[in-house]
Amino acid sequence: MSAESDAALIVSLFAIDPGGLGGVCLRSPVHPARDQWLQALRASLSEATPLRKVPASIPDGRLLGGLDLVATLKANRPIAARGVLAEAHGGVVIVTMAERLTAQTAARLNAVLDAGEVVTGREGVTIRNPASVGLVLLDEGEAEERAPIALLDRLAFLLDLGIFSMHALLTPEHETADLDAARQRLPDVQIPEAILRALCATAIALGAGSPRVTLLTARVARVAAALDGRLEVGEDDAVLAARLVLAPRATIAPRPPADAPPEPAQPPEPPAEPPTEPPPSEAAPPEPPPPLSANEPPADPQDQVELDDEDQPPQVDAQMLADVILAAAQAAIPAGLLARIRSDAAQRATARASSAGRTGALRKSGARGRPSGVSAGPPQGSARLNLIETLRAAAPWQRLRGRGGADQRVRVSPDDFRVTRYQQRAQTLTIFAVDASGSSALNRLAEAKGAVELLLADCYVRRDQVAVIAFRGKGADLLLPPTRSLVRAKRSLAGLPGGGGTPLAAAIDAAGALASLSLRRGETPTIIFLTDGRANVARDGAPGRERGQANALQAARILSAAGVATLFVDTSPRPSDLARELAAVMRAQYLPLPFANARALSTIVKAATVS
Amino acid sequence: MTMLARPVFPFSAIVAQDEMKLAMICSAVDPTIGGVLVFGDRGTGKSTAVRALAALLPPMHAVVGCRYGCDPAAREALCEECQTRAKSETLKDRLVPVPVVDMPLGVTEDRVVGALDLERALSQGVKAFEPGLLARANRGFLYIDEVNLLEDHLVDLLIDVAASGENVVEREGLSVRHPARFVLIGSGNPEEGELRPQLLDRFGLSVEVKTPTELQARVDVIKRRDEFERDKSAFVAKWKKQDDALRRKIVAGRKRLAEIELPDAVLEQAAKLCMQLGTDGLRAELTLIRAARALASYEQAAAVSVAHLRRVAPPALRHRLRRDPLDESGSTVRVERAIAEVLGAAEVQGA
Repeated sequence: MSAESDAALIVSLFAIDPGGLGGVCLRSPVHPARDQWLQALRASLSEATPLRKVPASIPDGRLLGGLDLVATLKANRPIAARGVLAEAHGGVVIVTMAERLTAQTAARLNAVLDAGEVVTGREGVTIRNPASVGLVLLDEGEAEERAPIALLDRLAFLLDLGIFSMHALLTPEHETADLDAARQRLPDVQIPEAILRALCATAIALGAGSPRVTLLTARVARVAAALDGRLEVGEDDAVLAARLVLAPRATIAPRPPADAPPEPAQPPEPPAEPPTEPPPSEAAPPEPPPPLSANEPPADPQDQVELDDEDQPPQVDAQMLADVILAAAQAAIPAGLLARIRSDAAQRATARASSAGRTGALRKSGARGRPSGVSAGPPQGSARLNLIETLRAAAPWQRLRGRGGADQRVRVSPDDFRVTRYQQRAQTLTIFAVDASGSSALNRLAEAKGAVELLLADCYVRRDQVAVIAFRGKGADLLLPPTRSLVRAKRSLAGLPGGGGTPLAAAIDAAGALASLSLRRGETPTIIFLTDGRANVARDGAPGRERGQANALQAARILSAAGVATLFVDTSPRPSDLARELAAVMRAQYLPLPFANARALSTIVKAATVS
Repeated sequence: MTMLARPVFPFSAIVAQDEMKLAMICSAVDPTIGGVLVFGDRGTGKSTAVRALAALLPPMHAVVGCRYGCDPAAREALCEECQTRAKSETLKDRLVPVPVVDMPLGVTEDRVVGALDLERALSQGVKAFEPGLLARANRGFLYIDEVNLLEDHLVDLLIDVAASGENVVEREGLSVRHPARFVLIGSGNPEEGELRPQLLDRFGLSVEVKTPTELQARVDVIKRRDEFERDKSAFVAKWKKQDDALRRKIVAGRKRLAEIELPDAVLEQAAKLCMQLGTDGLRAELTLIRAARALASYEQAAAVSVAHLRRVAPPALRHRLRRDPLDESGSTVRVERAIAEVLGAAEVQGA
């Protein structure tokens, strides 16, 4: 079974029951295969089936519906406009650049997928429209960027088209008449309990997703049976469904990865049907990081890999030591530290924004945030019409405009339009680059972890996002992609192994890249390095103190040009000139954190922050 | 798929998730406990349980024609309109379902607090107040799915109303105040963001739900959900008996609530437990006692026992531990440790 024919099969299955299967996430750059896939989908849906395309940045009013201003003023009574989701009832909505979907927009989509209808109230109108839709997310994200996980949990198919050759030809596998027949048959298709049981066992064995995903798997199996002209789900359908739905979400790698299919935990009556060929995933599981299913599995496949290598024997006294040092570090990090360096950066950023035309630290008006007054202007872009203020503006002119007698209509002219201004506090992102090398010996690492956790607490108070980059051995890894979840942050830190060289250049590069990504999103990043500054691994991973240092200095210079607020915490027992120089080159605030003496330490920190 | 009036998934058919169900039942027996926060993994039936609870609640008495559903028996809690009417006439009374109001994401502030009645303003030029979701939720439940994704200005608003039990509207030239006492139910996934501590505090009980990893439970979840989706009314009918029995128990629990004895020894243990955990203020203790009493009443015990305390302590206390935001994941463990220390190892549960 080739990846191409799977992709074509997904078109058919999805086209039979878009609303029931939730949708498809197509992960790929702009690519002929993607266009072909979408064409095939169009061809597989019946003529009358609505198909809408929306950008990820779609405002709520358009997505869910809202007050139709023109119709309202014309009719003299509130008239609601339907949103895209309601317009697409019974059909498909394509979301472009889905990796840019905000958690908020995703949550609205989730609610509609769950309920099959749009229910909300906006601008004086109550909205309740049926909206049974299937989504197609076009996810062009690179590396860590991806569509929101909670949304992916509701889509049956996660399809990575990036692996296709440019010439792969994707043709619909089924005639539209077959699909129509399958649609007719679908409500009557039964699924035997033994098969359900097997699907559940597979899902658990693969650590694949939530019960919702298992349910979607069962539905796919049923659609597959209907497509095949049967009224009962058979083993083949279940195998297919498990391959298409569960395999891409596996978090527990099927161990002998090559050919032998893994055994599910409890072999069910029909012989186990885990993915016969764990599709594109082998070394690295494909795009969507699996949702946490059980108590234990780590949030990210990467975490697991990390854990696997050498963090295993956690020593009891190491744990106690970590606690003790956490307490010591607690005294050392003043609560306002992050806020202070950030305010410096905000100044720098606004200065730069005016010239470079980038998004500054504060967005004065957005579609969300706290309302901060009303101003005259047309309701364009993200500006939302404030109807009441508009009417109020119109009110004094009514007589002059000829209202009266039998005609009780309110006369509103474009001059009266008022829009609500919102002040949105720009998102901030704190990037921790933590040195986990051998030179930062075990206790130093524990202390660094303690420090990170304290700074995290500081971030938490202001609801910032945090990301953690760990560097050791040959390179730097993004241990924790930007998140607001302290639970995840803490977990990823706990699993941070130590040892190896100090690839400082790679770490600076990685932190810089993440910071510029965050700047592009309009956020305000801050980088915090926790290291002794003793670089001894070059950019390319080759060991060597000299080149390591040179590369690190070079990376620091590049970083300084980005104008990101940076804090350099020197974790070596005695503050070194090396670290101080690096900090100066990257224009970072330098903060030595010498060890053992908490009192002295807190004094130093205070001095560093007050100055 | 058809979109007719949708029957909801029966409460009794929800697989496992005992703590969540228990917390919801307790807050149905005694609404003054103050709501339930359900945090946990995706797809574990958080929303399903809340919607199912709505169908389970017995109807309540309300003043005919009152927009806030005032209770004719509670004189001091009447809204201004009802108070005026009560002076000149006897208020008529009818049975209505307990409101369970869903606060949809993307809702605008005017629909939450209430605003100028646009229809009348536009067509008749009349300034009239149109109540919002908070008015509808009075005396019932207000449910917020994905509560951690709620916009900040709406959170501020809720925090205020949930504490005062009154909605004060000062906007668009309107000046209105009306009762808005509701039980707040929130759900969300902590992976997507944390909750503001102030809002956290408004929830009486907080439960954590996890994906069932046991095969049989998972099979049951899928089977029942599948059965429900294929024929909703038939599935609801099948579980009606259990749901009815549950409803009767809740009603009985409410009636008996005032008669449940609260021995000093139990009070003392509750205080010790809270002290051990260093919870802030008296709210923790109060909630703990109320929840234990609700549980005792629901289970037809004559008095609150330490066993009751033990069962409700985790949901009543885990979100009230002294603010160490980093210890969130371990709070359940901390509560359990304190329970073991203060109340001793688990004993045979006596009624």
